[in-house]
Amino acid sequence: MSELVAAEDVLLFVNAAVTATGQREFRSSAAEQRFSLAFLHAYVRINYRPLYASCLALDINDHNAALIAEHLLRTPGEAGPGEGRLIAARLARMAPQRVYRLFRALRAAGVNNRRTRAIVRDWVAARPDPALDAVKYRPGVKAALRHAHVPAADAETGDFLFAPGRRVRYGNPTLEAYRRAHYEEAALYGLPFTVAEGFAARHGVARPVFLERMAPRMTRLERLRTAREAGAAGGLPGMPLTRLALYVLALPLAERAARRAELTGALRTAARRAAGPYAGSWGWVAGVLDDSFSASGSAVKRRRPLAVALGCHFLLEALAAPGAYTGLWTSGGTDPLLVRPYGPTPLGLRVLDALDTGPERLVVVSDGWDNAPPGLAGEVLRVWRSRLDPERRTAAVHVNPVYDARGFDVRRLGPSVPTVGIRDAEDLPALVEVARFAEGRTGLAELRAYLDRRVADCLAAHERERKEGGR
Amino acid sequence: MSGIDLTGLEVRPSQVWGGVRLVPLVRSEPVAGLRLHREAYDDPNGRVEVGDGTVYTAYVPHGFVADWSGDGRESAAYGTRLGDAPGAAVPVRAPRQRMAKRRGGRRLRFLPLHLALEGYLALHFGGPPVLWEEWSRQALRRGLSPRAEAAYAGAEVPGLAEALRVFELHPGQCGVLVYVADALASAFVVPGPEDYRALHPTLVEDLFGELVHQYARYGGPVHEFAARIRDGAGGIRDLADLRAAAREQERRWALAHDGLMARELLEARYAFERVYRAGPFTLYRFLPPFARDGLGQHIGELITDRRGRTAYLKTFRLSDAQVRRGYLLRRLASLDWHLGRTAGEMGISPEELVRRITAAGFGPLLDANGLARAAREARAAASGKG
Repeated sequence: MSELVAAEDVLLFVNAAVTATGQREFRSSAAEQRFSLAFLHAYVRINYRPLYASCLALDINDHNAALIAEHLLRTPGEAGPGEGRLIAARLARMAPQRVYRLFRALRAAGVNNRRTRAIVRDWVAARPDPALDAVKYRPGVKAALRHAHVPAADAETGDFLFAPGRRVRYGNPTLEAYRRAHYEEAALYGLPFTVAEGFAARHGVARPVFLERMAPRMTRLERLRTAREAGAAGGLPGMPLTRLALYVLALPLAERAARRAELTGALRTAARRAAGPYAGSWGWVAGVLDDSFSASGSAVKRRRPLAVALGCHFLLEALAAPGAYTGLWTSGGTDPLLVRPYGPTPLGLRVLDALDTGPERLVVVSDGWDNAPPGLAGEVLRVWRSRLDPERRTAAVHVNPVYDARGFDVRRLGPSVPTVGIRDAEDLPALVEVARFAEGRTGLAELRAYLDRRVADCLAAHERERKEGGR
Repeated sequence: MSGIDLTGLEVRPSQVWGGVRLVPLVRSEPVAGLRLHREAYDDPNGRVEVGDGTVYTAYVPHGFVADWSGDGRESAAYGTRLGDAPGAAVPVRAPRQRMAKRRGGRRLRFLPLHLALEGYLALHFGGPPVLWEEWSRQALRRGLSPRAEAAYAGAEVPGLAEALRVFELHPGQCGVLVYVADALASAFVVPGPEDYRALHPTLVEDLFGELVHQYARYGGPVHEFAARIRDGAGGIRDLADLRAAAREQERRWALAHDGLMARELLEARYAFERVYRAGPFTLYRFLPPFARDGLGQHIGELITDRRGRTAYLKTFRLSDAQVRRGYLLRRLASLDWHLGRTAGEMGISPEELVRRITAAGFGPLLDANGLARAAREARAAASGKG
C-alpha cells in the first residue's frame, strides 16, 4: 500500500514539476502557484529524497530543476550518494541566467557548504566564454564568484568585475567592446544583444538599423522575437515546435492566413524533427485539442496551453501513419492555423467524435476543466473504457499543460484515463511512456527502475559532453 | 404587460466558480435593429451641482447607449467617451430626462441599474398626502427624504470578479444569470453576442444587494452539476448509445435549470413603468409585487421589442429588508397612509404596525405625540364602548 502511495506521490510531483512555473495561470494567481509548489517540493524532498533527486534527470522545467537543486543543497545533512553529480549534470543543461539566479538564491539563503562551492566552481569553470558571461550576466557572475570564493577565469575578467577602473583598455575583445561602447557607437555591435540594447538607446540608434546590424550576434530566440519589428520574416526553420506555435499564435489572424504555406511548413518540419525515430509509428491517431477560452493562459503565460495544443496537433500528425490522424478542436474549428482561444469546453462530445474514428491512440490535450456540461468527458471515457473497450484496444492519454494549484497536481478528467503534465509539445512521445505509470497498474519498483535508467542516461550524457568539451 | 418574456433565449450549461454560478443565455440570432454600447466615465462617483446648493452624487461607472439606427456608422468603440459632457453631469431637474437621455439621432443614453434603483427609491417618495396625526410634519413636508439603501459594487462581492474572469463565453451568448450561493443575484441580457462580449466585464462594476454580498461571503462553494451516465448491464452497447446518453446529460442540465432556478424571476408579476420609447423598442423599469412569499424579488430595467420580447434586461435582487420596506410602503400608500385602517387590513394591531414602521427605518416619519394621543383616544373609545 505504501508503495502505491509513494508511486502516486512521485508521479504527482513529476506532473507538477513539468507544468508549474510559479507564474500566474488562467485560474490561479502566482502566489497560489508558488505556495502550492513550495509545499510539494518540501513534501517530496522529506519523504522520498532519492526519488526527488532523480527527478532532475527527467524533462521537468528549469524553474523546478533549480528549485530541486536549491532544496537539495540547502539540506546537506540528508544528502544521498550521487546527488552532486546529478545536480551538476542538470545545471550544465540549464540556461545560464537561470543558474546564476539559483546561485543568487543560494547566497540569499546563506547556503555555502562545501558541496555548493564545488558545484559553483565546476559550473563556472565549464562556461565556454567567461568574458561574455561577465558582460552579459555581470551581477550574477559577481555574486556567484564571491559567494563560492572562486577566482575569476583570468586577471582581465577579474578586474572587469571587481575593479573596473583599474585598466585603461582590455585585451579581450568583448570586454574592450563593453568599455568602448560607452562612448563609441560602432563598438556596441560587438556586445551581446541584451547589453547592446541599452547602449543603443543611449546613443540614440534607430531601432531598425540596430536590429539589422545586430542580427549576427543575436541568439535564435532573440532573432525570432525581433523578426516582426525588423520587418524581416525568417528565423523560423530550426525553432523548437512549441516556440514556433507560440510565435504563430501571436500573429494576427490575417497575417496567419497570408503566410499560411510558410507557417504550416515550418510547423510540420519542426514536428517531424520532434517526432524523430517515432515518426509514422503510432498508426491511427485521434487528438482532442482544447481551444476554449481558458487556453488563453495568463498575462505572463500568454496562450501557452493553446500553443501546446497546436504543437501537439502537428506532432501527432507526424507521429501517426500518413493520413491516419484526426485532430478535433473543442470549438469545432477545422483550421488549426487560425485557432484562437474562445468559448466553453465541450470536451465530452469531442471525445466521442474522436472515438467514432476508431483510433489506435487517443490523445486529449486540455487543462481538464470540462464544463459543457461539467464532467461529461470523464463519464464518456469511463463508460467507454468499462463497457465498450475493456480489452484496451485503444490507448488513451490526457496531457495537461496547466498545474492546478489547489489540487497539487494537473487536473484529471477521470480515473479511467491517465493524465500527465506537459510543458512542451515536443515531450509528448516521452510522456506517453510516463503515462503507463500514471495508470496505476505499474508499481514503485518499475518506476524506480525507470528513474534509475533516466539518471544513468543523464549522467552518461553529461560525462560525454564534458570529455568532448575538455578535448 | 406584466411579466418578463425571455423567448428566443436558451439556457446553456452553467459554469461554477466557488460560490458563484453563471448560467449563459444564448440567442440563435441577435435582436435585429438594436445595439448596445458602453459609455465610460472617468470618475465613477458623479457629483452634480443642481443649482440651489443641492449636490446630486451617484455611483455611475458607465452608461449604456442603445442604438436603434440600424447602421453601425455611429457605433461607439469600447471605452470611448461620447458626447459633450460625462453622463453624470446631465442636469438633474427632470428625473426621467436624466435617467434616459436622447443622444442625437436614434440613440439613447441611459444609466444601467441607476434607472431601476431610482425607481425603487422613489417608491411613494412623496410620503403621506394627508396629515394624519400619527405622522410628523416633516413627513408631510419632505416625504421620505432622505431615503437610503445600501448596495455593493460587484468587485466587492467575494469571488464574483474571479468567476466572471474565468467564465468561458459561449458562441452566440447574449446574456447571463448570476447566482450567488444558488440564489439569483442578477440577470443580464443584451441584444447581440458582440455587445455581450464587450459588456461582460461591466458586470463587475454593477451593483449587488446586501444579501448577495452576505451569501457570497458566508456561503460555501455551490454544488456543480456532474454528468453521470448510467451504464447498467446492457444499457450501452456501442458508441451511438454512448452519444445518445451524453446528449441526454446535456439536455437534462438545461432543463433542470429552466424548471427550477430562474422561476422566481420569470413568474413574478411586475409593475412596469415606461421610461422611453425608441422606435420599435421600449425602455421600461419595473418593480416587483413585494410579495412576502419568501421568493427572491427583483427590480430592474428592460427593453422590449414590438412583440414584447426582451432585448435588454438588467435586474437587481432586493434583500428581505428591502422587500419588507417596499411592502410596507405599498400597503400604507394604498390606504392613504392611515395607520389604523392599514393595520386593520393587514390584520395586525396599530402598535404592531408602528413597530414595523420603526424597524423598517421609517421611524422619523412618525410623530410621538400624535401616536400617544391616538393610542389614548383608541383606549378611551374602547373603554367608552365597554
